[in-house]
Amino acid sequence: MNDMIHVSSSPHVRSRMTTGRLMHLVIIALLPTTIFGIYNFGAKAAVVLLSTIISSVLTEYIYQRAMKKTVTISDGSALLTGLLLGLNLPSTAPWWVGVLGGVFAILVVKQVFGGLGQNFMNPALGARCFLLISFTSIMTNFPQIGDSAATPLAALKAGEAVNTRDMLLGFTSGTIGETSTIALLVGAIILLWFEVIDIVIPGLYILTFLIFIVIFGGHGLDPTYITAQLCGGGLMLGAWFMATDYVTSPITPKGRIIYGVMLGVLTGLFRIFGSSAEGVSYAIIISNVFVPLIEKYTIPRAFGYRKGGKKS
Amino acid sequence: MGIRGSVFAFYSLQAERKIAMRLVTFKGGVHPPDGKHWAKDVPIKPVLPKGDLAFLLSQHIGAPAKPLVAAGDRVLKGQKIAEAGGFVSSPVFSSVSGTVKGIEKRFNAIGTRGDAIIVENDGQYEEVDYPEVRPIDEMTKEEIIKTIADAGVVGMGGAGFPTHVKLSPKEPDKIEYIIANCAECEPYITTDYRRMLENPEKLIAGLKVVLKLFDNAKGILAVENNKRDCIEKLEELTRNMQRIEVVALKTKYPQGAERSLIYATTGRTINSTMLPADAGCIVDNVETLIAIDNAVNNGRPVTERSMTVTGRAIKNPGNFLVPIGMNQSELIEICGGFKEEPEKIISGGPMMGFALFTTDIPTTKTSSCLLCRVHDIISERPASACINCGRCVDVCPSFLVPSYLADFAEHRQAGEFEKWHGLECVECGCCSYTCPAKRPLKQDIASYKKDVMAMIRERKAKEAKQADEAAAKKEGGADK
Repeated sequence: MNDMIHVSSSPHVRSRMTTGRLMHLVIIALLPTTIFGIYNFGAKAAVVLLSTIISSVLTEYIYQRAMKKTVTISDGSALLTGLLLGLNLPSTAPWWVGVLGGVFAILVVKQVFGGLGQNFMNPALGARCFLLISFTSIMTNFPQIGDSAATPLAALKAGEAVNTRDMLLGFTSGTIGETSTIALLVGAIILLWFEVIDIVIPGLYILTFLIFIVIFGGHGLDPTYITAQLCGGGLMLGAWFMATDYVTSPITPKGRIIYGVMLGVLTGLFRIFGSSAEGVSYAIIISNVFVPLIEKYTIPRAFGYRKGGKKS
Repeated sequence: MGIRGSVFAFYSLQAERKIAMRLVTFKGGVHPPDGKHWAKDVPIKPVLPKGDLAFLLSQHIGAPAKPLVAAGDRVLKGQKIAEAGGFVSSPVFSSVSGTVKGIEKRFNAIGTRGDAIIVENDGQYEEVDYPEVRPIDEMTKEEIIKTIADAGVVGMGGAGFPTHVKLSPKEPDKIEYIIANCAECEPYITTDYRRMLENPEKLIAGLKVVLKLFDNAKGILAVENNKRDCIEKLEELTRNMQRIEVVALKTKYPQGAERSLIYATTGRTINSTMLPADAGCIVDNVETLIAIDNAVNNGRPVTERSMTVTGRAIKNPGNFLVPIGMNQSELIEICGGFKEEPEKIISGGPMMGFALFTTDIPTTKTSSCLLCRVHDIISERPASACINCGRCVDVCPSFLVPSYLADFAEHRQAGEFEKWHGLECVECGCCSYTCPAKRPLKQDIASYKKDVMAMIRERKAKEAKQADEAAAKKEGGADK
């Protein structure tokens, strides 16, 4: 018999799912909106996406080599961060803004805090907010699509009419990846089908937001207004692809519920009562910061215990 | 559960309506590849040992048995060679006739060494005169329990808890369910499946013996739904029995874990501080109930058990009736040896079994399977960083947060570990199985759990001592 027989603790089987596979599934789910974004905004969009992706992956590679850590760019997480960041930028952004964003996302938001799994904030969104504050005019300079250069949400806020059919399909202005609700929903279905994400956080996020705007939006149940709010801005991209980021969302079942509701309320607050038309990015990164606190108060009750820790 | 899960659940529901049976289950769990096809259709074959037999004195939970024989003694098959070392203990019987060579140290499945009585087999299989069997209706409850205890019956599903202790709860009248654990949710193992097909009447007879002890109890034969033939067979046999019911369980691991099984069949919940009896339940495995039938209705002690020898590395996988004490290397020989070089050999199933570094270990009352795998997937996939995906939380049948518990274990944070209910872990391994980062979560949690439990015992002992001292002081003061 083989002297090199393996001995380890049980279980001796593992599921086929791996971190890399999860990341690749998310990237695949983002492809419809990526392709649509390039179609809608032209080659400039591809340049922006390439700048963020290449800078993110390279930053991770160089940092890990310099720090003599295992290089983990093959797990796809840096690529995903770069892609998400690119989809959150306007196609008119110059390439160096994309590079700066990629470096910031990986170096400052992710690696400095310990790398994959340790960052307290979504790297792509952290970088987006950094760019939004540093280069406000570049970041809010959206290209002309159809008749208007204004994003549908800005138009809505200004009291102008919006075309909800174009918003559903995505023929509007905005960041590269946020315009087509249909393409984003195709991605969401891919994520749900392969059980990459759970419906709790995005479902409650969208539902809470919907209730919030019906109550406080000032338009009641007006279907055009509701559709425009749901399809406009970064809500769909944020809810399905960034609020569901594992690392920065709560792990406890009750925590996921609170987190989803909190996102919906914050987004509603920012969009309706804030000075800007958009609020998804800020809602998500602010909620990210609350995750440890949420988890602390939502420790799940173990099986066989009743409320208050009493035996059943 | 995602969309895909819901769609599948809908279709399987449609398929399951055909057997017109409600499927019961628990929350959480996983679906590992079941691998039962290797040995499922091979009938149980009795085998005889060639070499010496080794009877470990500790084949059960509790005090080790005390040897009754010495080197040079001649023993017969069925002879008691070691007696129970206390109430929570169990005697050991020789499975062959021969000569005692002495008491030596032998490795057991978990890799520690224990005392074992070594018997040289003379190949005669000369048996003792078994005590006369009395009809069960003439026996008192105490006599039945004593017969079971004297026959050395322990939980043969793997836990090895002495059965007579389980059958002696504080309030027998409050026992409402006797659950026959026929789930066999561990992948690859097929002994209970073969037993249900080949000896269903013995299983039911064993269950009836236990029902005899508890007047207010109902018997439940809980079978996983992937064993439809067993469900049909048992239903047919129990059709006219008022007190026995067959319940189909959803096929999911760890359906056969005691807490999951009780919840699935009765809706009652217990935690780590409780016994099944606290929920009015007693759970016994198929092999245990058959041993009870052998003890009470045939007067035979535990000298053999059924075992599966399986896996891709084995030439002819199968199920065997193995004498206790037989060297497990002989079992591999009986199966025609290895077809391919095994990379990992496991005693028990792939989810909770123990990896062996040698097959030179004796069969015990709790050996259920010898699994020989060609590929060890664990060594091929090193652990990477936790991405907080929450899959371990979704599958944990105890509703814990395994990724955090493993983290607390790594950093030796006993307080946090206790606060996040780490002591409730049942060590089923679902978290490690499902983890996409391939982190050994169960290993970290289970090993630290033992440390924390020791710390708590120490703390409690200290508190009790202080309370005693305080009481003594007070008394002394009163005397003055």
